[in-house]
Amino acid sequence: MWSHLSLLLVIIPLMAAPVVAILPPGRIAWLVALLVTSTCFLLAGMQLWLILNHGLVNYEFGGWSPPWGITYRIDAVNALVALIVSGIAAVTVPYALLSAEKEIQKHQIPLFYSAFLVCLAGLLGITQTGDIFNLFVFLEISSLSSYALISLGRNRQALTAAYQYLIMGTLGATFFLIGVGLIYSQTGTLNMMDLAARLPEVTGLKTTHTGFAFIMIGFALKLALFPLHLWLPNAYTHAPSVITVFLAATATKVALYVMLRVLFTVFPDGYLTNTPANDLFLLSGVIGVLSASIRAISQVNVKKLLAHSSVAQIGYMAIGLSFASMQGVTASIIHLFNHALMKGALFMAVGAIVYRVGACRMENIQGLGKQMPWTFGAIVIAGLSLIGVPGTAGFISKWYLVMAALEQQNWLVVAVILVGSLLAVVYVGKIVEALYFQPATSTNLTVKEAPILLLAPTWVLVLANIYFGFDTDLTVGVAERAAQALGVLVK
Amino acid sequence: MIMDAVDVSLTEAAVGAGVSTVLMLATLALTKDHEEKQPEKNRHWLPLAVVLMTGAALVYGTLDIPGFGDPTSPAQTHVSPYYIEQAARETGVPNIVTAVLASYRGFDTLGEVVVIFTAGIAVLLLLGDKHQKPITGGAKEKRIPQNLVLRIISKTVIPLIILFALYVQFHGDYGPGGGFQAGIIMSAALILYSLVFGLEAAERIIPKSLLTFLISLGVLIYASVGIVSLFMGGNYLDYSVLADNQIAGQHLGILLVELGVGISVFAVMLTIFFTFAGRERPR
Amino acid sequence: MNYIVGHYNYFIAIFLMMVGFYTVISRGNLIKKIVGLNIFQVSVFLIYISLSTVKGGAAPIITEGVKVYSNPLPHVLILTAIVVGVATTALGLALVVRIKEAYGTIEEDEIHRQDNSL
Repeated sequence: MWSHLSLLLVIIPLMAAPVVAILPPGRIAWLVALLVTSTCFLLAGMQLWLILNHGLVNYEFGGWSPPWGITYRIDAVNALVALIVSGIAAVTVPYALLSAEKEIQKHQIPLFYSAFLVCLAGLLGITQTGDIFNLFVFLEISSLSSYALISLGRNRQALTAAYQYLIMGTLGATFFLIGVGLIYSQTGTLNMMDLAARLPEVTGLKTTHTGFAFIMIGFALKLALFPLHLWLPNAYTHAPSVITVFLAATATKVALYVMLRVLFTVFPDGYLTNTPANDLFLLSGVIGVLSASIRAISQVNVKKLLAHSSVAQIGYMAIGLSFASMQGVTASIIHLFNHALMKGALFMAVGAIVYRVGACRMENIQGLGKQMPWTFGAIVIAGLSLIGVPGTAGFISKWYLVMAALEQQNWLVVAVILVGSLLAVVYVGKIVEALYFQPATSTNLTVKEAPILLLAPTWVLVLANIYFGFDTDLTVGVAERAAQALGVLVK
Repeated sequence: MIMDAVDVSLTEAAVGAGVSTVLMLATLALTKDHEEKQPEKNRHWLPLAVVLMTGAALVYGTLDIPGFGDPTSPAQTHVSPYYIEQAARETGVPNIVTAVLASYRGFDTLGEVVVIFTAGIAVLLLLGDKHQKPITGGAKEKRIPQNLVLRIISKTVIPLIILFALYVQFHGDYGPGGGFQAGIIMSAALILYSLVFGLEAAERIIPKSLLTFLISLGVLIYASVGIVSLFMGGNYLDYSVLADNQIAGQHLGILLVELGVGISVFAVMLTIFFTFAGRERPR
Repeated sequence: MNYIVGHYNYFIAIFLMMVGFYTVISRGNLIKKIVGLNIFQVSVFLIYISLSTVKGGAAPIITEGVKVYSNPLPHVLILTAIVVGVATTALGLALVVRIKEAYGTIEEDEIHRQDNSL
């Protein structure tokens, strides 16, 4: 059983999806999804424990050895990411019971959960694999299901948002495919560790450089790194609330993982810094943080505001990556984890508001803070984490990021991080102000607190934000192990 | 074909010439017949610049690439010679592409089936609801009007197409072919039937609920083969443990797996056609 | 000159790719964008297949008397990529149909106008 753990993590949701698709409408689809995601979370936890205590896990599909067969190669990095993805999924499904029923038509519910499980399997498949083409296949699995899920939003803008994401996402995936092809032409292999062994001989070649560039651009689009982030605000805003929660907390994290893996494990040491790539990452990150935070401030729709905030947070992760140092990469990974918690909680809380009120623009949420105190509390605490107030997980991320920047003696970046936090105060403050300090409209006065089934998952994430603000063994400890496992050169 | 990629050309012919065209036409029929005149805008320079830069980058990238047909390039000398030399011996299948697709890289192909599955449920989610045309009596059905020649020819041709599809499905080990191509050809047979005899008649043969079941069934067949491997003591999708000797096991595994692909592909293609064709034209 | 002869297939593929790419990003009609995407993807397939040919090689099906075969691995990759491509096209076109029903148009500019007038 133990040896097949890594496989089961992906196969269980993968097989559950077709079963769920043929279930009758009603709650049974939800129940199956709940069982599957809880199992996945458990398996991911066991996998991480296994890695931390026993080292690498390698799994050969079909019994064929690499590079002729496909393998899964799990180390601390992808075990951590797998834990995040499955954890978010496990928390989202209970939340989905009510939220999805409100926003999606009844007869579509089984197909909805089926697509959700496919998306989960796709994301986990990307995380666990050690074969770069297998990565492409599962990337498309998760992307296609995402397009479908986003399109299920209540307004017609969900359709255009899904379409825009489809076009941009497919361009990105195809760019990635081009890059893989170019690299293949010079190495003859698709296995990541085999690539790592063969790339050092061909790093000088123009084909390699171009292949690298295309792979990076392809995933920068998936990551929503500035300026390739244009699909994100609309997709997050108009998707059903559950899907926003799930995607915001997982999809971009997996994209970041892929970049880390390609940059530091597949490509040889020092490759990143020998090309202008790391400067570009830094530039994109910095501009992303500033411009997205500023745009967030002017938003009237709360979901859109948070979506722009996500682009800013991704900017922080890119900055950490660009340093190519142990500190920098560790900081990126820590923020990857914490951001999933923060945004997950925030979007869940906003989703609860949508559940009660039906909309989430500033004018709709006035005064609700007093009517929905628990929801409001969740927004406040998660918002503080987003800003980076000590005592929250967000503070830990920002701290490590600043430390990494100081190590590089990059004062500009330190300033940018601080300015970014200040801007976050403004846009979080805007939400808080509307919720609490504005007088409630007559309709809002009749609103009750969100049901427990929505509140409980939200508060699980909120409390996690506080917990990981104090106990950093899991986040920092594993992140450091992860950065080492990636193969980052200690600068 | 010129580049000896026979399986690929068969698939691309079926897909590119067949499926994609049908879908585009269907969408055009459902949306509009002509493009509105775009007001002249200065919007072309940015895309043009981006495209030229990308093209230039690609040309730059191919400066060091091995020449066309070079037998000493890394792609020809590293992983692939193993497949060419060992595939027939280890899997008993002369079509190396099938051996790699279904066995060595079988997990990728499972992913491919899941992609097909996802497309199927996505189209059902998007188009599979109330705007479907009501099933009326035969009189009002949209179909090619009573044309004796068409009806007779299709009645003759359709069984042949089905036979060909089955041939492609099961002969894929020895010649170009396999589950994917077979599934498409099989669905083409039924689409032809539906075009000539009407959507309703076709749906009587294969109701929508059965199709959804088949979509799931194909994926489950494929994935279950892997599970059986686990129970027999091997890794996931290790066919060698499925029977007493390796070759028999490989044959069995590849057969079942390709069957799963064929079933899902057939069901999804038909589902997509039915949902597109069954959609009411917007007023 | 020798160089061009040895690499002409890549140039053709790149040209097609750019045609497709340009169509996707500059055309406002939603269906045209998908057509462009298709062209873009198919040209990528061409590159992969080009990588797999061997001068004088035969199709990779073991036959009597054939010594040199073309590389089967890219063929496998492309078969999968074709499937992914058609799945994306189907999904994209289904979205276009729904968008037409919801907005009454499939021109990007008109859709933006309708959304912004909210």
